[in-house]
Amino acid sequence: MTSTKQEIRALNGDEAVAYAAKQCDVDVVAAYPITPQTIIVERFSEYVHNGEVDTEFICVESEHSALTACLAAAATGARTFTASASAGLALMHEILYVTSGCRAPVVMAIANRALSAPINIHCDHADSMVERDASWIQIYVENSQEAYDSIIQAFKIAEHPDVLLPTMVMLDAFYLSHTLESVNVLADEAVRRFVGTRKIPLVTNHEGRLVPFKLDPENPITIGPLALHDYYFEHKRQQEAAMQSALQKIKEIHNEYEEISGRKYGNGLIDPYRLEDAEIASICIGSTAGTTKVVVDQLRAKGVKAGLLRLRTYRPFPSQDIIQALENVEAIAVMDRSHSFGAKGGPIFHEVRHLLYDAQTRPQIVDYVYGLGGRDMSPTLIHEIYRDLERIATTKQIKTPVQFIGVRD
Amino acid sequence: MTPKKKGWKEIPIGGACWTPTTEYFTGDWRTYKPIFDPEKCNKCLLCHLYCPDAAIEWNASTEEIEFNYKYCKGCGICANECRQGAIRMVLE
Amino acid sequence: MDSTWKFTTKDIAEKADLLMPGHRACAGCGPAVAYRQILKAARGPIIATNATGCMEVVTTIYPYTSWKIPYIHTAFENVAANAAGIETALKVLKRKNRIKHDSIDVIAFAGDGGTYDIGIQALSGAAERGHNFLYVLYDNEAYMNTGIQRSGGTPYCAWTTTSPAGRVIPGKPEFKKPISDIMVAHSIPYVATGSLAYWRDLMIKARKGLEVEGPAFLHALAPCPRGWRYDTSKTVEMARLAVETCVFPLWEAVDSEYSLSAPSKVIALKPERKKPVKEYLKSQGRFRHLFTPENEHITDEIQEVVDKHWKLLLKKCGMS
Repeated sequence: MTSTKQEIRALNGDEAVAYAAKQCDVDVVAAYPITPQTIIVERFSEYVHNGEVDTEFICVESEHSALTACLAAAATGARTFTASASAGLALMHEILYVTSGCRAPVVMAIANRALSAPINIHCDHADSMVERDASWIQIYVENSQEAYDSIIQAFKIAEHPDVLLPTMVMLDAFYLSHTLESVNVLADEAVRRFVGTRKIPLVTNHEGRLVPFKLDPENPITIGPLALHDYYFEHKRQQEAAMQSALQKIKEIHNEYEEISGRKYGNGLIDPYRLEDAEIASICIGSTAGTTKVVVDQLRAKGVKAGLLRLRTYRPFPSQDIIQALENVEAIAVMDRSHSFGAKGGPIFHEVRHLLYDAQTRPQIVDYVYGLGGRDMSPTLIHEIYRDLERIATTKQIKTPVQFIGVRD
Repeated sequence: MTPKKKGWKEIPIGGACWTPTTEYFTGDWRTYKPIFDPEKCNKCLLCHLYCPDAAIEWNASTEEIEFNYKYCKGCGICANECRQGAIRMVLE
Repeated sequence: MDSTWKFTTKDIAEKADLLMPGHRACAGCGPAVAYRQILKAARGPIIATNATGCMEVVTTIYPYTSWKIPYIHTAFENVAANAAGIETALKVLKRKNRIKHDSIDVIAFAGDGGTYDIGIQALSGAAERGHNFLYVLYDNEAYMNTGIQRSGGTPYCAWTTTSPAGRVIPGKPEFKKPISDIMVAHSIPYVATGSLAYWRDLMIKARKGLEVEGPAFLHALAPCPRGWRYDTSKTVEMARLAVETCVFPLWEAVDSEYSLSAPSKVIALKPERKKPVKEYLKSQGRFRHLFTPENEHITDEIQEVVDKHWKLLLKKCGMS
């Protein structure tokens, strides 16, 4: 039930992200343009230059400085936002770890794009997948509507006192970033009420006082020390605890958002589609889920018990939810839009198959690496995958556990 | 017996430092100790300005130079710069 | 450009040290002296940020901290971006009435490592964008914290572990990058060079850097006994000799107009006071290899280059 008024706007994914950020009372944006995220920074710059937001926009000289400036601004008490993709995210790599280590609730939009070489500007999950160890919360969206909704939720998730971890929201290059959709947007006031003002946690400082964890001459603190082998490990353990708390908080905030918007995405962590009685299913992240839902509907119409499990929250990895969702599925195809070269399959395959090692009944599971560098994943190809799953479910045999689909030999 | 170090549940988040270095006595480091002769001192305060460790204090009420041996590392800058010869470095 | 700050030595001595003792810098550490002197120039509340390096490490070994004031360190190459983020956040938070201070100064400290080389991108970007902060370069002329490796700020023919005094190549083959001139070329309102031996000059320059609106760059020579190879007691002497030999002249550029500072002006007006570079080189172990028969000519080369740069500087200061 929607309790707030909404209006429909024609926005592409990037614009939806910029619009959401606009409504969240962001204090500082420091960003550097990179295809296909450029529209986010351009649109936001327009808001700033037209006085539609009370936000300082720093046109930094590189992505490394973009995230640094956001981190430093967050450490000063500001709510911060940035966006990047591909090589830009790769350039920020060092600072991703510093940001999460400093527990700064920076929110970042990533327009998933392939990493060079060769240089490629199209959709691929390599850029954000490689950062899954950086202690950032990761949410992958299926469409521009979800991009808008998730950016708003991201601020609340990141800033939650039990979480305090930076959060990245991923949207696919061009499929989502540049494609126009009808997006329902909430009223400014509703969003503002939802995200509220940033609450700063308290820490003990060197004067022995409990003070807000921000740079403030009245209550001085030191952030970013050298922690030797006697203390570093404890800090990392704290981050893991925060990740585990985030599982519940993401669900709660997702549900709170459903109350004001009328929209939900599974339980916030996973978004199953026709999975309850599915015998065969595929697992994927991002916009491919949209295409797969069409394929699933077509198969269902023919009486095939097909389903889809879309992973929305990738970090923290919703292990319990995934195991439960796949309980009765006999054959699973993981679709990876990135690969770990030299390993047996892509990252999602590794992580899901690993979970199933402990499951009561182990289903057959295979991996399809697809769509690298923006290679289109058509319904035809997805049908091929489901046909393969039907064979596997019947014969209980896997001929090739890892396949590359859509690539020319 | 070294005191037990704090665990991850006790330390503040985000690496915030909770002890001032004033509790770390670097005076243990030194080999040579500056010996101060107040008679020769003309209170130019150069020693205070040149000490890397803020181990030479100016007591405003007594108007005296005071050496803080808890932190003095015995580098000898003060003795080298004192134009009055009021500071000598002596093997400790 | 005059500073409004007038003070006596006692005024300075009575000001609290914003850097607490008990930090783990080496005995005789030049940067530590420079930090203490510069922080005494504080005019109000400050937020400090540091690049990875000697001073960052020695002042913040968890759980200890030497910083009485709010302080943040993030990484090696980005202290100027830190400053940009902090300064911008303060601006917007004040506008939104979420902080009460009237003005908070932002100081970014970095060594020559985090400035000349890996840090120059962030520094150039922050300077170009005109953020209001003071950038202090504490120049000990090598990557000291990681074990004395050469930097863009290492002088010609100095020994470092990555430019050793070998049989074929005697020390660093390249000259010291003119970082302060590079900063003047950015057209920022204030650039100055300072030496901890001339504490009053250095402090006034730090204060001017804080007072000016926009980016200010203070290049402070900070000798390192370990890296330069001299007795720990001679740090101030080295910092003085560098100026007296014109190896490191003291000047400031206000809105890109150069003017010589008193300690160097004295030498310009009385050239007999200019000491030969050999005196400076001979006093440090890192140049010891230049005093062999095969290498002695290099000291003459260095004298020529020092003289050339000195004459050029005098011209820029309108004093030729």
